[in-house]
Amino acid sequence: MHELSIVQGVVELCEQHCGGRRVLAVTLEIGSLSGAVPEALEFCFEAATKGTLLEGAELEIERVEATGYCSDCGVVSPVETYFDSCPSCGAPALLLRTGEEMRVKDLEVE
Amino acid sequence: MCTTCGCPEEGHDHHHDHDGHLPGTRITIETDILAKNNRYAAGNRALFKANGIFALNLVSSPGSGKTTILERTLCDLSGNLRCAVIEGDQQTDNDARRIAATGVPVKQINTGAGCHLDAHMVGHALEELPTREMDILFIENVGNLVCPASFDLGEAHKVVVLSVTEGEDKPLKYPQMFHAADVMLLNKIDLLPYLDFDVEKCLEMARRVSPGIRIFQLSAKSGQGMAEWYEWLRGKG
Repeated sequence: MHELSIVQGVVELCEQHCGGRRVLAVTLEIGSLSGAVPEALEFCFEAATKGTLLEGAELEIERVEATGYCSDCGVVSPVETYFDSCPSCGAPALLLRTGEEMRVKDLEVE
Repeated sequence: MCTTCGCPEEGHDHHHDHDGHLPGTRITIETDILAKNNRYAAGNRALFKANGIFALNLVSSPGSGKTTILERTLCDLSGNLRCAVIEGDQQTDNDARRIAATGVPVKQINTGAGCHLDAHMVGHALEELPTREMDILFIENVGNLVCPASFDLGEAHKVVVLSVTEGEDKPLKYPQMFHAADVMLLNKIDLLPYLDFDVEKCLEMARRVSPGIRIFQLSAKSGQGMAEWYEWLRGKG
């Protein structure tokens, strides 16, 4: 359940940036291979924000789909797992371009 | 300049409607959620570099034999290399006591409900270890093949331990951890005659998830394969 630590990180970052104002909404960017499960983040969010400036804030999660670069044929393709091979040329490994993000994109304050 | 959006115009209004809730001011952050952990990890890494410490983060499911590997490694390397250990468990200092019996400095971290070590905890544990007289630091993470993958502790390598009593498809079932690791210890190989574990299949899966992963097949119980692991440690990776 490392989602709780992640949400605590979100709370900390937002409190640093909100200038003491109440936070109404937070947008996260979560990569499909980041290891963080959106449903689990949502589940932790309410508990972790209680008594903070984020209490009652809306949580929006933008999923970032994973893509990988093939160093053999140079094609960038969508990736579903860490072990996808290149759909274009069949090379066994792709270098991840996106999909591992865990970022606070923005927030909305009063 | 407007500090909210960076435009040259002062004092204009950023309020807008957002799906029916109260209008507010939007602030762009675009910051990694684990930025704080990563800063502590960078601090640990700088300390390791300044003191010439080779730090390894041992990760695995519970019961793969991390502590037994460490006990044997510490006994066999003592005299050659100055080692220290940070033990991470939710509860008890059982593992720290096992390590202390080898005579090596050890610091136990109990994470309570926490499922992983983070770089901040490791930084505090380091304050209580003789970092000026240390060649190798082994950080034994909480037994968990999921959460520790996301938290950099400042280590040189994540070393994933997989025992042959587990399924050979663990690398595909827990790909984030095996992808994050660049060294793998396949432990308990003395039990292979009694199991249906397909070593080649397991290694192939590990390489699919983490191309270039360095693999040592060993048994901390029988000592088989330990020499290659020691050779790698002596060469400090």
